[in-house]
Amino acid sequence: MVKDKTAGSRLFDIFNYLLLLLVALVVFLPIMHVVMSSFATVEEMARKPFILIPETFTLVAYRYVLSTGAVFKALGVSAGITIVGTAVSMFTTSLMAYGLTRRDLDGRKVINFLIVFTMLFSGGLIPTFLVVKELGLINSYWALIIPNAVSAFNLVIMRSFFMNLPDGIEESARIDGCSDFGTLFRIVLPLSMAVIATISLFYAVYFWNSYQSAILYINDAEKWPLQVLLRQIVLVASGISADTANDFVQPPEQTVKMAVIVIATVPILLVYPFLQKYFAKGALVGSVKG
Amino acid sequence: MKTVTAANRIAQAPRTRSAWKRRVVRNRYMYLMILPGLIYFLVFKYLPMWGLIISFQDYVPFQGILHSPWVGFKQFNRLFTDPDFWGIFRNTLSLFLLNIVFYTPVPIVLAIMLNEVAHPFFKRIVQTIVYIPHFLSWVIVVSISFVMLTLDGGIVNEMLRYFGFGEINFLLDSAYSRPLYILQTIWREAGWGTIVYLAAIASIDPGLYEAARMDGAGRFRQIWHITFPAIRSVVIVLLILRIGSVMDHSFEHVFLLINSMNRQVMDIFDTYVFTAGVQQGQYSYTTAVGFFKSFIGLALVMLSNWLARRFGEEGVY
Repeated sequence: MVKDKTAGSRLFDIFNYLLLLLVALVVFLPIMHVVMSSFATVEEMARKPFILIPETFTLVAYRYVLSTGAVFKALGVSAGITIVGTAVSMFTTSLMAYGLTRRDLDGRKVINFLIVFTMLFSGGLIPTFLVVKELGLINSYWALIIPNAVSAFNLVIMRSFFMNLPDGIEESARIDGCSDFGTLFRIVLPLSMAVIATISLFYAVYFWNSYQSAILYINDAEKWPLQVLLRQIVLVASGISADTANDFVQPPEQTVKMAVIVIATVPILLVYPFLQKYFAKGALVGSVKG
Repeated sequence: MKTVTAANRIAQAPRTRSAWKRRVVRNRYMYLMILPGLIYFLVFKYLPMWGLIISFQDYVPFQGILHSPWVGFKQFNRLFTDPDFWGIFRNTLSLFLLNIVFYTPVPIVLAIMLNEVAHPFFKRIVQTIVYIPHFLSWVIVVSISFVMLTLDGGIVNEMLRYFGFGEINFLLDSAYSRPLYILQTIWREAGWGTIVYLAAIASIDPGLYEAARMDGAGRFRQIWHITFPAIRSVVIVLLILRIGSVMDHSFEHVFLLINSMNRQVMDIFDTYVFTAGVQQGQYSYTTAVGFFKSFIGLALVMLSNWLARRFGEEGVY
């Protein structure tokens, strides 16, 4: 692009860069503060309202949090439902998305409509709750996975990605004697790594972050995932949220709260850089075409 | 669109009974692949829709849907005469409108600003940072803002005190609940929201900008006359999609912000259904409330889609 070098244009650039820098700082500094103060001492935390680099690094908060058992257990629950949930969701979603690509499939239009319609209208919270209850899933880890196993939105993204693969590939696979399942697993999926990575990340983030299912379907505090426990520790124990019931009789130290926030955040952020090269591409395919 | 392949053309030819059977047999594995997902949609999406009929009953869990007494429109009568309901209706609509009005422009402006950056390194750094909050759960976002806003040692109140404004109890003063809700939404989602707009901007022919520059257009005029019209259809499609999703996905966020001080302005359909339905067991009444909410959501999406088409845009469907 040819750059114009007028004074107005340069002024525009200066403002633009400064504003973007400000935006980046507004996003970044609060996160940085939380992460860094989780490594600080309780005294420093009480003394300073904002910590970017703690004076003394200490792992006391983490040692305390992970020794309580409750957080450790919840971490396991969250990791478990994220791994199993993502696997179940990807299996169901990719099979269904590919199944719906065949143009001569009778009933394909009806099924597509049934899927899209669920994005516009739903039975609502109570009827869904009653279905889960009737299925005996209350208090089961499966209640955190199965009722949200397939996202209509992700399904539509995958289907349009598969539909955009060149026809010839599938046809030649079939001529070479490949079955439908073989074509999917040996030809189509390997060619769709961008969308597979993106949708996996979406599902993983969803399962890791969700707590609505847990507060609806899990009554037993022993079985809480990390997000629900985090809410108890940080919001309820501070007397700010609605519930008063909590396991921590003493309000936890600030550094402990920070450590729990970090523990609930870091695992999912670790996945992000590995998948970043895919998702820009994958998300675009979906959102523009979807 | 895919071109019709030879195999498909044969398959589409005679719509007789035997041809239909042959197609189904040939596609049996494809049906098998669809089956698990289809069962999911039928059980967890369509069975609950059928469950809406309990809003016309006095549902008793022991008797089940089949044997609970029918009461006609009793639940809906209660709903339309209940002053609490209208308060919740007002709150839901307020949060929805605030969300649409204040959130929508932010990712657009941010995307345009990012697009004007010439240094790829600076651009990538800013992008990476502003994407991060999208991956943080609402519990974390709300927790972080509480840490910043708390009276005892939160940076915001320390600053207010330092500059002599006195302290503000953002977390327990209901006047700040809604602004806080919107700011949190923008903080978490705006960066991620730029992705689609950036893609739309990237597909604009650079020749257009060059021509505009030849005609003496400054940076603002180029944005106004080229970038903006080019992404208008994307803006409209995303706006329609957002209208549906705001109605459906605010539960987690609002539920975290609600406390006894701000319930008056923050209680929305979903949080009300949770407390009155799941916690207090008023299944039939709250199903009616949920029914009403789903209906409003559907109406809003259809209305906006109709308006979009009216004004010559494509719409979502």
